[in-house]
Amino acid sequence: MPRKVIITDKNVNFLKKVEELSGQFITRCDQCGVCSGSCPMISEMDITPSQMMRMVQLGQSEVINTKAMWLCASCFACTVRCPRGLDLSKVAEALRQINLRQAIDHIDIKKLPKDEIERLPQIALVGGMRKFTG
Amino acid sequence: MKISYYPGCTLKTNAKNFENSAIAVARKLGVELIELTRWNCCGTVFSLTDDDLIHNVAPIRNLIRVEEMNNNGLINNDKRLLTLCSMCYNTLKRANLRVKENPDDLEKINDLMYLEENYEGEVEVLHFLELLRDIGFEKVRENVKNPLKGLMIAPYYGCMLLRPKEVGIDDPEGPTIQEELYLELGAEIIDNPYKKVCCGSYQIIQDKYVVSNLAYDILTHAKDAGAEAISLSCPLCAYNLDSIQKEVKEKNPQFVEMPVFYFTQLMAVAFGLDTEVFGFDLNYVDPRPLLNDKNLLGRNNEE
Repeated sequence: MPRKVIITDKNVNFLKKVEELSGQFITRCDQCGVCSGSCPMISEMDITPSQMMRMVQLGQSEVINTKAMWLCASCFACTVRCPRGLDLSKVAEALRQINLRQAIDHIDIKKLPKDEIERLPQIALVGGMRKFTG
Repeated sequence: MKISYYPGCTLKTNAKNFENSAIAVARKLGVELIELTRWNCCGTVFSLTDDDLIHNVAPIRNLIRVEEMNNNGLINNDKRLLTLCSMCYNTLKRANLRVKENPDDLEKINDLMYLEENYEGEVEVLHFLELLRDIGFEKVRENVKNPLKGLMIAPYYGCMLLRPKEVGIDDPEGPTIQEELYLELGAEIIDNPYKKVCCGSYQIIQDKYVVSNLAYDILTHAKDAGAEAISLSCPLCAYNLDSIQKEVKEKNPQFVEMPVFYFTQLMAVAFGLDTEVFGFDLNYVDPRPLLNDKNLLGRNNEE
């Protein structure tokens, strides 16, 4: 059954915000789904990368409460394949940043067990903190 | 030939075996890796938001050091910066590209680092695999004393060497640079489509089982295709595919562990270098039983 979507100024502003942060013309996405087919994390995600794009197109700011963007590992598999030349890694980063810039960290590094921290390489910790904390 | 070399943090700890083997094989090829003076962390990941310039300061500061090395006479007029870690390679290369393509960004970054000499955008960031390709893989072959005969290797690229396209060292969909190298070392190449699938990267600190599921797929696909070991160039991939086999085994008791090499370790074995440069004690899955099976360890010392 078709669903009616009402787009208000609030929605338009959210889209603009994400476009500004990501530098991507998100409205160019025509929902082909190549990104979702390329994503190594899709089986863990609550929404697919193409659904994420659609929600941003419609300015649905609740997209920032989904799990998917936090599971993006910035592997750029979608980026090299997008037929519209869009960089979805940048869109996911913009959504993460909208959260992180409100000083809401996604993970609490202090909760990582000490032996785990000692075992992990520094690049895992630095990379993870760059992505999951503000 | 002397070239500026950026180690990055992990090459000094978890991946010391990567650094030691790389320095040794480079020396054999007549290349001296001169460690960058006063280098700092590159930041590991490139900033993906357009308004975030500040995180490019750290990588660009390292590029200024390359200019310093040239001015101090430590390097003789060579503006290349060699990296081993794929993540450092990607971050340094993308930061460099951003300021080269955006003079305004470069100006702002130079202003932010007003105590440093201005960066002029003249440095070229290079991965060791690219340098080997430039030197010529036939030169590599000339140094092989202990061909890796019968060793079935699945090259693993991961993400940071290939993507995005503008910084990739090879075709992002069909890379062959590692294959070309291992053929010269005398190994057998096992191709499989998982060679460019992400290992999970920094997701390891959020949920290690997300990573162990990916590792299980990557490792079993390589194994099913006939591989006896995987070879790669990223210390984070190495952790997520090698160390994580502990967790993979916990979840899948039938799983048989498989060694994961840095490409420079394979080169060191093939070159017949001293066993101490291999650093196999830092590999989680010990590759020595496999190499002994193939009669690849110690043969050179006997001759």
